Amino acid sequence: MARFAVKHLVFLLLTLFVVSFLVFALNEFSPGDVARKELGAYATQDQVEALTKRLGLDRPLLVRYVEYMGKAAVGDLGTSARYKAPVLTVIVKHLANTALLAALAFACIVPLSMVLGIAAGMRESSRLDRAILLFSTVMASIPEFALGVFLVSVFVVWLGWLPGTATLAAGGGWSVGAQLVLPVAVIVLFDAGYVISMIRASMVEVMQRPYIRTAVLKGMPFHRVIFRHAARNAMINPITVILLQINYLVAGVVVVETVFAYPGFGRMMLEAALFKDIALVEAGALVAVGLAVVTNILGDVAYMVLDPRIRA
Amino acid sequence: MTEPLLALQDLSIAYDGRRGETRVVRGVSLALHAGEALGLVGESGCGKSTVALSIVRYLGRGGRIAGGRILFEGRDLATLDAAALRDLRGRRIAMVYQDPMASLNPVMTVGRQLMEVPMIHDGAGAAAARARALTMLGEVKLADPEAVMERYPHQLSGGQQQRIVIAMALIAEPALLIMDEPTTGLDVTVEAAVLDLVRELRRRHHSSILFISHNLGTVAGVCDRIGVMYRGELVEDGPVRRIFGDPRHPYTRGLLDCLPTLGRDKRHAPLVPIPGQLEPPYVRATGCGFASRCAHVEPARCTAGPIPLTPFAAEHRVACVRAAELPTYARRLVERAPAVAATAAAPVIATEHLGKVYEPRRRLLGRRRWPVRALNDVDLAAARRQTLAIVGESGCGKSTLAKVLVGIEVASQGRVMLDGTEVGRLGIDRRGRELKRKLQMVFQNPESTLNPSHTVGYAIGRALRRLRDRPPGNLDAAVARLLETVKLAPEMAARMPRQLSGGEKQRVAIARALASDPDVVVADEPVSALDVSVQAAIINLLNELQASHGTTLIFISHDLSVVRYLADHVAVMYLGSVLEHGPVERVFTPPYHPYTEALLAAVPVLDPDRAGARVVLQGTIPRAREVPRGCPLATRCLRKVGAICDDTPPPVQRLPGDHRILCHIPAAELLTLQAVV
Amino acid sequence: MSTQVNVEALPVSPPAASRRRAPRWWRAVLAIRHSTTATVGVAIVLVWVVLAVLAPLLAPYAPNVTDLAALAHTTPSRAHWLGTDHLGRDIASRILWGARPVLEIAPLAVLGATALGSLLGLAAGYKRGWLDLAVTRACDIVLSFPVIILYMIILTHFGSSAWNIIGVLTLTKAPIIARIVRGLTLDLREREYVAAAKMRGESTLYIMLVEILPNARGPLIVDMCLRTGYNIIIIGVLGFLGIGLPPPDPDWGGMVKDTYGMMMVWPHMALFPCAAISSLVVGFNLLAVGLRELGGRD
Repeated sequence: MARFAVKHLVFLLLTLFVVSFLVFALNEFSPGDVARKELGAYATQDQVEALTKRLGLDRPLLVRYVEYMGKAAVGDLGTSARYKAPVLTVIVKHLANTALLAALAFACIVPLSMVLGIAAGMRESSRLDRAILLFSTVMASIPEFALGVFLVSVFVVWLGWLPGTATLAAGGGWSVGAQLVLPVAVIVLFDAGYVISMIRASMVEVMQRPYIRTAVLKGMPFHRVIFRHAARNAMINPITVILLQINYLVAGVVVVETVFAYPGFGRMMLEAALFKDIALVEAGALVAVGLAVVTNILGDVAYMVLDPRIRA
Repeated sequence: MTEPLLALQDLSIAYDGRRGETRVVRGVSLALHAGEALGLVGESGCGKSTVALSIVRYLGRGGRIAGGRILFEGRDLATLDAAALRDLRGRRIAMVYQDPMASLNPVMTVGRQLMEVPMIHDGAGAAAARARALTMLGEVKLADPEAVMERYPHQLSGGQQQRIVIAMALIAEPALLIMDEPTTGLDVTVEAAVLDLVRELRRRHHSSILFISHNLGTVAGVCDRIGVMYRGELVEDGPVRRIFGDPRHPYTRGLLDCLPTLGRDKRHAPLVPIPGQLEPPYVRATGCGFASRCAHVEPARCTAGPIPLTPFAAEHRVACVRAAELPTYARRLVERAPAVAATAAAPVIATEHLGKVYEPRRRLLGRRRWPVRALNDVDLAAARRQTLAIVGESGCGKSTLAKVLVGIEVASQGRVMLDGTEVGRLGIDRRGRELKRKLQMVFQNPESTLNPSHTVGYAIGRALRRLRDRPPGNLDAAVARLLETVKLAPEMAARMPRQLSGGEKQRVAIARALASDPDVVVADEPVSALDVSVQAAIINLLNELQASHGTTLIFISHDLSVVRYLADHVAVMYLGSVLEHGPVERVFTPPYHPYTEALLAAVPVLDPDRAGARVVLQGTIPRAREVPRGCPLATRCLRKVGAICDDTPPPVQRLPGDHRILCHIPAAELLTLQAVV
Repeated sequence: MSTQVNVEALPVSPPAASRRRAPRWWRAVLAIRHSTTATVGVAIVLVWVVLAVLAPLLAPYAPNVTDLAALAHTTPSRAHWLGTDHLGRDIASRILWGARPVLEIAPLAVLGATALGSLLGLAAGYKRGWLDLAVTRACDIVLSFPVIILYMIILTHFGSSAWNIIGVLTLTKAPIIARIVRGLTLDLREREYVAAAKMRGESTLYIMLVEILPNARGPLIVDMCLRTGYNIIIIGVLGFLGIGLPPPDPDWGGMVKDTYGMMMVWPHMALFPCAAISSLVVGFNLLAVGLRELGGRD
């Protein structure tokens, strides 16, 4: 068990360093660019060079990277050019918003997709299966912004039941809860489409296994066969997929955040990239990678817990 | 006559597929009485498993009962509703399957799976269920039942898993036990032990058994009566002695003619394969389904209309209009010219003190793995035109030996001499073309021996192009010639593997191996995956090709009857060591090594009256990492002398006629053992 | 008397040997009709392909021309069947023209990813060892990263042209394909026909490309359809976020970006491009599902 932990920790650190270095390198490769971005488009070459030297940007890339990581380790991630505030504060604020959205969405996606996926897969080609398959395929085919547009046109423009934006600002007459309904709905519908098809596929495969035949021919009622024998085996593979969805929910929902003007992490990253706010971009990438590897590890652990064959 | 426990009345089963309806079982009628054991035999596609599954109504998608009735204890099973069906399954009718590992839930402990049965059917509480499970584990002779209860299926051996499945079937004391190929896929000695268990359990519980198998010998050892199926129809049934003594249906006779038995010898009686091909199920002629392949066919009478199953003698029914006209059955003996004597010249291929150790991969952060000794001090030799057979069960090293000979693996110790050149350390990549040409291989599994994306002609042509000294002028002509050698029509070259039957695929594989005109062909279980009648044809083919091409054949198998029939010399392997080696006649008669004795005793034989010595090895084959220091058989040998067997490697005893035995028991004493065959 | 019956010179199933058979790949394409799902999917895709190819002929207006007269009345009318956008440009024409870059970029990116991913997966699965370790770890890293962020960073840095988008899509999708192909290769390399090829002295490249790869066809083709669908979504998303193809050329995602702010008043401007992109992706996904069913059924 200890060996397992060490192996994964090494992987985590390796990935963190590699990716953050790549991002760092991409942004700060040409030292002149950094200074130019600081000064704006009208700076002269001399001013750029002076600032470059002053900020120590003419030193080798690796040295600057190590210095950056050193500062990051103690929580100093620099200052955001756009928000004019410490990067750490900016990230934490936006991440908290996204975490709210993600938690709500995750809480809906997991049970919904498990129920529908298992119900579809347990009797392949039944009417229920075909309906669920069609539903999940279509949902996974509609881009999030399109889903957003469709739902908004129904619930906001036509029916007027819900607000069209979710800025989390108290003013405007809509409660926070009402504001969150549509963004969460869009995320859930889109992502569940994908997860349902994974779980369904796994369930279909499990149902064809001989040990299901054994269970049925032992005289077990169908629902017991599903819950005691099939479901656990069917969830072994999708678990990792489900855990990886957390990554999507944190950073990949930038589209939904944009549609509903939600002040989340993804949108923050997009604007940082467009605005060339280097410090924010680098720090954000670091956070995203860290999260990615943690969920990877969680997936492996879950796999081990569910499948005794791996534990040996 | 009491009411039968199970009665099939004119049962027909059909599957709906893209071509419409296909009848896979037609008009089968049979009866099984309480306490009786009925065997159902036939080759692949005959419908025997379908019949079994239809009894428990588990036919899968598209399958349905298209006619007739299934009566169990007087009730028509087709009319049962879901609740009644659930009540029946597991409690009155229980089933044992072919692949025990796949039949057990991998994420649930074995104990829980056992306990489920009494908990569902008798409403037993957990404690009571557990007690019953423990009792059952004792009955199936599993050591340390308490520990076994907590194991997961993958932690048990194949034989142990099958015992669990049997325990699960018997725990509710069913009236009818259906066993569908329960010992196929198990090692021979393990199979013998499981069959012993089945016989004992049957005596104790007075169970009725429907035993399905393609192996006639296995069925003979367990059942009272046998039914023979061909292409969905029951063609003959009756008491075991009658069916094997004097079968009346030409197909049954054909089957028996194909079987190599331990007493036969290739120089006097070739196996006689059944002519023709098994037609696909959707091809249906009127009249007898066997007519196109029957040696006794009379078109006017046989293809006129359906042939019913008519009583021939007491309890013996045959579906043949000519049944009474056939002569009494006796195995056909055909005179053949004596085989070319093996020359005493230098062997074409030989191994000296060959050893192979698999080193664990060095990992930075992984569990310590011990090296696996797959081959230990193996000395073998084969001369021109000779057939050397290697027999053994799983884990004996025969596959590793094949890989080292051929170059897929490299030897760790010792030498492999091919026509004077040392090749043991030369992997296949480092062997020159000439060496590659000399040594070719035929593989076990016909389904994966040919690339499904290439035509037959391409596969053979490629071998010709790569391995011949000069590319043959006309590749197509050369391919056609090779196809003819293996008795396939030249048009086969354009076919894809999925259009071929198992036997045809294996023939193509043989043609491919012969493309380079090799000196040595290593055949790794080439017929194990084929039906009995097809096996016979391939074995005959190998024989002929050896005679005409002068090839040395190294034949690896677990099937002793085939080996006895085909081989000149045989080596018996266990856990990487050669325990006995010599000419076939000498190895298969005393003095034998105790392991050879057990192997021979375990071979299911057709004569139910044979009272051979009961030599059943207990325990399981140890894993390769746990090879004992002394004699590899020490943990299971019934003739173990004492501590010396555990500590000291046995000496090589050289007996006359190039016969070697590795055993602590002196040969003189082994000679006094009763012959097992 | 010795009877060796020449048995196997009989053909198995009666082949229509005399009749000239259509090439295998064409028969495989025709097999699609056995699955309703696949047929519907392929029909949708073909309709869009035809519309895209014939856009110059079918579009009633040029896509970037503003019709000042229509600005007063932008909802669908006889003159403009789908209405106009906030700049007076005909939406129907923009949708037709917008189909072209999507149907050019997405398949090209998929082809690139498949080629790169297959090579990597084959090499990793067949040669094993350090190559396998390196490739798998690299794929894991790329796959765990939320790719949107990657796109944002790379495209804002290098600019978004069609080739840049193809490049970045190829790089981010190749690992998925590599993983699939690697899994298949691990399984296929144990087959006996691979051992037979080694015994003929075939080179590693030959074995990978001629013996193993053709047998990975089925799952690969299904995945390629899925990838194309996802790529179309991503192209739409990139356009929506403002890092897609540069204006003023019509880009479905970009069209939505420009007009969704006006949804309360003119929902049609955003709805139609959304419907367009959704239907195209549905087509590809249905095709993938149908193909997978066909593969399983045989």
